[in-house]
Amino acid sequence: MQRGAWQSEGRTMCLGIPGEILSIDEQVEQGGLRTGDVRFGVAKKSVCLAYVPDAVVGDFVVVHAGFAITRMDRAAAEQVFSYLEQIGATRE
Amino acid sequence: MELIDEYRDPAAARRYVEAIRRAVTRPWSLMEVCGGQTHALLRFGIDRLLPPGLTLIHGPGCPVCVTPIDIIDKALAIAARPEVIFCSFGDMLRVPGTIDDLFTVKSRGGDVRIVYSPMDALTIAEREPGRQVVFFAVGFETTAPGNAMAAVEARRRGLQNFSLLVSHVLVPPAMEAILRAPRRRVDGFLAAGHVCAVMGLEEYRPLAERYRVPIVATGFEPLDLLQGIHMCVRQLEDGRAEVENQYARSVRPEGNPAALTVLRDVFEVVPRAWRGIGSIAASGLALRGPYAELDAERRFDVAGVGGRESPECRSGEVLQGLLKPSDCPAFGARCTPDRPLGATMVSSEGACAAYFRYRRTRGAA
Repeated sequence: MQRGAWQSEGRTMCLGIPGEILSIDEQVEQGGLRTGDVRFGVAKKSVCLAYVPDAVVGDFVVVHAGFAITRMDRAAAEQVFSYLEQIGATRE
Repeated sequence: MELIDEYRDPAAARRYVEAIRRAVTRPWSLMEVCGGQTHALLRFGIDRLLPPGLTLIHGPGCPVCVTPIDIIDKALAIAARPEVIFCSFGDMLRVPGTIDDLFTVKSRGGDVRIVYSPMDALTIAEREPGRQVVFFAVGFETTAPGNAMAAVEARRRGLQNFSLLVSHVLVPPAMEAILRAPRRRVDGFLAAGHVCAVMGLEEYRPLAERYRVPIVATGFEPLDLLQGIHMCVRQLEDGRAEVENQYARSVRPEGNPAALTVLRDVFEVVPRAWRGIGSIAASGLALRGPYAELDAERRFDVAGVGGRESPECRSGEVLQGLLKPSDCPAFGARCTPDRPLGATMVSSEGACAAYFRYRRTRGAA
């Protein structure tokens, strides 16, 4: 699935895929929606960014059916690797 | 950093499996709500790594599976009309209605098109003003914000030839229906992380308190799922029933305020029928106020169209966690992904399709 994960998104509405924002097209002043190019592995796709107004180029977002629904927090992204040490589960 | 591969690290996964084995002292049953999580659990074999007595029950979080047969039949009736371009996510095309599916309608000449986003349907409507473009707006809280935006844009652009056939469903009311069932088997929930990314965590707190059930918002990669399982088991072993957030890299407690504003502007909460389960109060979304003019059910007068399930299909029990797919007599024999009796065998997120694909046959599951 890894690199080609985005390909299944056209078929399956509910798979949220993380991708990196490569560019942002601010059309808001012309009454349009905030859109941008998002990279999924080696693939690139135009995505609506209206729901992640604070996202900038280089941020990762989760995309569902052409819409970024959340900006991923890099600091929080690490906690899955430190959790067991933090709760002492590795020393039990 | 791709925020995918590092969450599949085998060494880290082994540490989690060990920690879960040490944490479990009694039998527990956890339900992963989302069909995407079900598929990941089976694909990476996580279900086979867990200690005996720790059972995963697959939840109703597959939008393709729970879209009622009435709505499928209405979609078929609308898609067959000559003036209509019917746009849908691809995974809805093989979902069986009473007699046909959308692929059959397409093969008979119906203009059925697979789109990636509701905005693609909007673009088609702009390019083909002489045709009626209908978008099949199904799904949970993850697809609802995009579909809401399509409705906003259709009105802003003054598109008279665009409408939505809406069958949106909401996760927390389905979780409550499962908790209220007389044969409740669920001790804890792994809540669907992306639904929580949109909606936030607040609506889960009354459920956790009222039903004394731990709820952990959980992601979709192997390490996410293992951590979610560990957090849920730890709560159960400690006698706690709290809402916790495993998937903090994507889920904020308040959800996504920009998406929620548009969602609540366009949709209102209504009762919805769930395929295989029945009607659940306040469990769906419908177009509200001025957006109701975009309702395809009204525009094409399909109110009387209704459906009938295959009497052999037991997907309702599967969706409620009462029956393992491989224990259904029709599984793999009279019901396969090529010839499905019900929607749970069609969708890539359906539990029956996942069991079939990853060969969880009876006894091996």
